[in-house]
Amino acid sequence: MMDRNASRGPASPPKPPLRTTRPSVMQRAAAERAQTTIGRRRLVNVVMVGVTFGAAILATLPLIFILGHLIAAGASSINLDFFTQIPKPPGEAGGGMANAIVGSLVLILAASAFGLPIGIGAGLYLAENRGTHLANAVRFLSDVLNGLPSIVMGIFAWQFLVKPMGKFTALAGGIALGAMMIPLVTRTTEEMIRIVPVSLREAALALGYSRWRTSLVVVLRTALPGIVTGALVAVSRIAGETAPLLFTVLGNQFWSASLRGPIAALPLQIFNFAISPYDQQHSLAWAGALVLIGIVLIISLAARFATRSRFGLGGD
Amino acid sequence: MATEPPRAPVPTAVTAPPPAAGTERRRLEVASLSAYYGHAEIVRGVSITFRDREVTAIIGPSGCGKSTLLRCLNRMHETVPTAHVAGSVSLDGRDIYAKGVNAIEVRRHVGMVFQRPTPFPTMSIRDNVAAGLQILGRDKPSRAETDHIVEDALKRAALWDEVSTRLTDSAIGLSGGQQQRLCIARALATRPAVLLLDEPTASLDPISTQKVEELVYELRRDMTVVIVTHNMQQAARVSDRTAFMLTGELVEIAATNTLFTTPSDSRTEAYITGRFG
Repeated sequence: MMDRNASRGPASPPKPPLRTTRPSVMQRAAAERAQTTIGRRRLVNVVMVGVTFGAAILATLPLIFILGHLIAAGASSINLDFFTQIPKPPGEAGGGMANAIVGSLVLILAASAFGLPIGIGAGLYLAENRGTHLANAVRFLSDVLNGLPSIVMGIFAWQFLVKPMGKFTALAGGIALGAMMIPLVTRTTEEMIRIVPVSLREAALALGYSRWRTSLVVVLRTALPGIVTGALVAVSRIAGETAPLLFTVLGNQFWSASLRGPIAALPLQIFNFAISPYDQQHSLAWAGALVLIGIVLIISLAARFATRSRFGLGGD
Repeated sequence: MATEPPRAPVPTAVTAPPPAAGTERRRLEVASLSAYYGHAEIVRGVSITFRDREVTAIIGPSGCGKSTLLRCLNRMHETVPTAHVAGSVSLDGRDIYAKGVNAIEVRRHVGMVFQRPTPFPTMSIRDNVAAGLQILGRDKPSRAETDHIVEDALKRAALWDEVSTRLTDSAIGLSGGQQQRLCIARALATRPAVLLLDEPTASLDPISTQKVEELVYELRRDMTVVIVTHNMQQAARVSDRTAFMLTGELVEIAATNTLFTTPSDSRTEAYITGRFG
């Protein structure tokens, strides 16, 4: 006891007489508890980091697995012919999916031409007129439309476009796909515009900008990277849709890039080849799936690169 | 500002008819102006004159309606849903709330700078300053003229030396103080007759605040400046006249020196001596 007090220096207060030199049982228990608490927290931390890391890996695993399998099964069928030839009759070797690739691109363009202006315009309206009855109704219906099964969309397109026109057309397919894009694009546009600060809008108005010019030049432009990302998500989603096409574009074994007649499309061609009895067509189907994923990837990268603003609120 | 040097005549005064005695320096006249959000009367029957080539500071506790009054001067108040205005505001003798007067036209002549810097994030430094010029339609200046105006505005905003070599860079790469001076340059580029400043230094550090204050002090040479501020020292430093507002009413307006040394209203005295607010 004397030693301890000496080492603490003269300033240390006198100890109560009952205190022993060694820590009491209570003190040791508290210290131990503190030790185990910290130990447990460390353990929990390590476990949770591990679990979330595992989940992150698992989230990307399906894509990696699918890509790996597609490459293994389809890469061998991808050659120049695949991109330049139309399908050969069943049983014949060779042939490609050139017409389906072109057809899919035509359909994506038609769907975008129909769906993007309506979706972005509606999103702009919803963001600028929040709280009105019409905006609330449109937002609700848009969410319902978003949940509509794609086959239902196909049936409607058949009923209201194909039947009146009397034939299957790429135009009907494009409109069906475009209608599926609208709710997605509307919601992402609205969200992206909503995060543009009100102060920016006021700054533009105070400079003498009219309301529509403020919306277009300042608000929409600031939100553009996010809107483009939303549009790309919508394009990626409809690029692989098969059900609406069954009722609208029908598919085509020959060259056609016309909106006014049946057109080939990658998802349809993959479907038709996959259910055929010929191995050679099966591997073409695998190759087609690989190309379809590749197209979606290229569209995403290209459009993101093209719209990557030198500055802006970030495109990611 | 007791010993005021005689001011050079305004260039336009040469051609304009001689104004009535005592009115020659009136620029912005507010007459029994009330401003509402819905049914709430935020500004109550304020009458106040802002003179040309003077800085008028508006002080008062939070929620006294000083910002709202400011927003009535360029018709920004009405951009908020349910907001409306009664009374009149005359810019050079013309009521800006009269029928047929376009709010957009008014805002081109009455510039405004906000509490927080608001550079347009998609535009370069140059394009930010030129933003107000892009909407002039037929009167839109050429590229060379625009460059000249941008340089001039940035010099007046005391920012030119800091950004002259990177005019094409993003405006959001600038510091907060630089962004605020950029916004002032943007407001100056369209050559407004009046500049409204709504607590322009509220989000700035002391050094940037000092720069903006010096700038405001310079701007009085050729325009009317109205500055709303929370900071009484700032009002004392930059303004020629100070108005004190309380619960939506104008309590008094006087030369800044007078208001801070010998206020005529006991409420003003209570406020500036720190008894409330």
